[in-house]
Amino acid sequence: MANIGNVWVFIEQEGGNIAEVSLELLCKGRELAGRLGVKTEALLIGDKLGKCVDKLYEYGADTVFLAEDPRLEPFTVQPFAKVIMDLIREYNPNILLFGATMKGRELAPRVASEKLAGLTADCTSLRIDNFDDKVSKKSYTDKLMQIRPAFGGNIIATIVNTWDDPQMVTVREGVMKMDEPMVGRKGELIKVKPALSGVETVVKVIERVREDKDVNLKGAQIIVAGGYGVGSKEGFNLIKQLADALGGEVGASRAAVDAGWIEHDHQVGQTGITVRPKLYIACGISGSIQHRAGMTGGKKIIAINTDPDAPIFAVSHYSIVGDLKTVIPQMIKAFKAKA
Amino acid sequence: MTVSYTVIVFVKQVPDTQNITGEAMTPDGTVNRAALPAIFNPEDLNALELALQLKDRYDAKVIVGTMGPPNAAEVLRNALYRGADEAFLLTDRAFAGADTLATSYALSCAAKKYGKFDLILCGRQAIDGDTAQVGPQLAEKLGIPQICYVEDVVKLTKGKIIAKRAIEGGYEVLEAPTPSLLTVIDSNVPRPQNAKRIMKYKKAKTKSELIKANSTYTDANERAMEESRLDGKSLLIYEWSAEDVGADRERVGFAGSPTKVKEIMNVVLTATDSKMVEATEQGISSLIQELINDHTLG
Repeated sequence: MANIGNVWVFIEQEGGNIAEVSLELLCKGRELAGRLGVKTEALLIGDKLGKCVDKLYEYGADTVFLAEDPRLEPFTVQPFAKVIMDLIREYNPNILLFGATMKGRELAPRVASEKLAGLTADCTSLRIDNFDDKVSKKSYTDKLMQIRPAFGGNIIATIVNTWDDPQMVTVREGVMKMDEPMVGRKGELIKVKPALSGVETVVKVIERVREDKDVNLKGAQIIVAGGYGVGSKEGFNLIKQLADALGGEVGASRAAVDAGWIEHDHQVGQTGITVRPKLYIACGISGSIQHRAGMTGGKKIIAINTDPDAPIFAVSHYSIVGDLKTVIPQMIKAFKAKA
Repeated sequence: MTVSYTVIVFVKQVPDTQNITGEAMTPDGTVNRAALPAIFNPEDLNALELALQLKDRYDAKVIVGTMGPPNAAEVLRNALYRGADEAFLLTDRAFAGADTLATSYALSCAAKKYGKFDLILCGRQAIDGDTAQVGPQLAEKLGIPQICYVEDVVKLTKGKIIAKRAIEGGYEVLEAPTPSLLTVIDSNVPRPQNAKRIMKYKKAKTKSELIKANSTYTDANERAMEESRLDGKSLLIYEWSAEDVGADRERVGFAGSPTKVKEIMNVVLTATDSKMVEATEQGISSLIQELINDHTLG
């Protein structure tokens, strides 16, 4: 018999601000739930979060499970895992989605291990399909196809959880499309009393320092990104000048971040951010498979590189073989003359 | 000799997926995975370094463990060369095909077999799967707290650890009781292998390696004596099977893995509709004009 559990989305929030990936997952969750004929339900966990609830309905949640407790703020893994496990035991969801954020990637495995459920990390695509397991000669209907890059991005694997539900995954930020909110849409609120004890609350946060990111690569329409070919920290000034001139954000490859020329927040690619801008200008980026994994969603890609054989040219719409130190000033000049 | 703290570091031998050279590419533009060299997983080296720093700061014993095929003993020797005190290899055909759940269960059995420990350290993630799941799952299996994304240990005392770890957009300092599990990120510079230690520990062998090196080595008593001689000199790399660590065969390897791979597709470089633009003032100017015309710019 097919499982009739619902599709759940773990809602990540920081001080009551909901992470974008959670809204992306609600939209995706609604699509999957529609396909299965079940509900989309959100898990909102923390303290004093009542004001977040309506937004979750508007992005597609039919139900919001709200668990509030002072011991759930700030976030630590074990109390959150306990709340989620208790809910899983009571309601038996079919699918459980987490954002593949730092929090999601430390929380989801803790839950999956206790539940003895399969968990697939960093999915970039999800769909419902049947699965014939040729090894065990078993057939499964309406399973979640968990699609992810593996092996450093060199292969794309489709993974299926063949054990009991829930089918758990973490999903990369920025890969699922966020729909427009359905303003005024309502759902059902279920308040949950967290059953926490001293067992889960042993880890104490002594100090916590965080700043909201000042770069918004995910939402950027234009990104000018620099790689190892930029050559130095000072070289990034040129990248910034072009980004400023075009009204874009500055991105970077891992090589430039590792070299210490720019902060990790700017990193695009497998271990950075996935972007899908209108225009992506790759300057001095060779185009490793890990970098390409994060930027080929760009509508127009311009690559500037002195090496005509650089792999980046295989994915660029406009290829400029040349030195970025001369090409970028030419671009700034040309744009200022025309715009 | 008694030490104050016991630290187990779990490491993994992985194919080098990050530096793929021409030789590992097939003519159709895909990666020949078998052609990639096997290396010490980079963040596991950071975990080992953090453990060795604890050994330097507080009187600690560092035990390094791995699960893998018999030749994974290579990364254990590498760890001994850098400063680890003991090593164990978890190897058994029954472990093959394990996903992260089955792996963390097998490692939890090995940790229990080892005995009492204060800390377990692992790299945040391995570069072949990039899942970052085994650390938290191992902590859950052992029923101990986890601190992920650790940059440094602030303080270790009997029964308590204080660690600094990365969070999105900043850092946290967390306090947890021991035993705890820490996953470590690329935040230190692993020390190199030490020449004197290489001289000593290149002789460190597993049981399988002893048998392989000496095919006449069939007498069980003789072998036991040789193993005990090496053990006395800390030159025996413990080799454990699923049975040795008391692992339930239904919970390890392929049988113990809920996730199955349905399909694998190689990523191929796809040539898009691509235009060459001259790196001249004229060429750049017409490119910018084209982008303004189609509303990409402006």
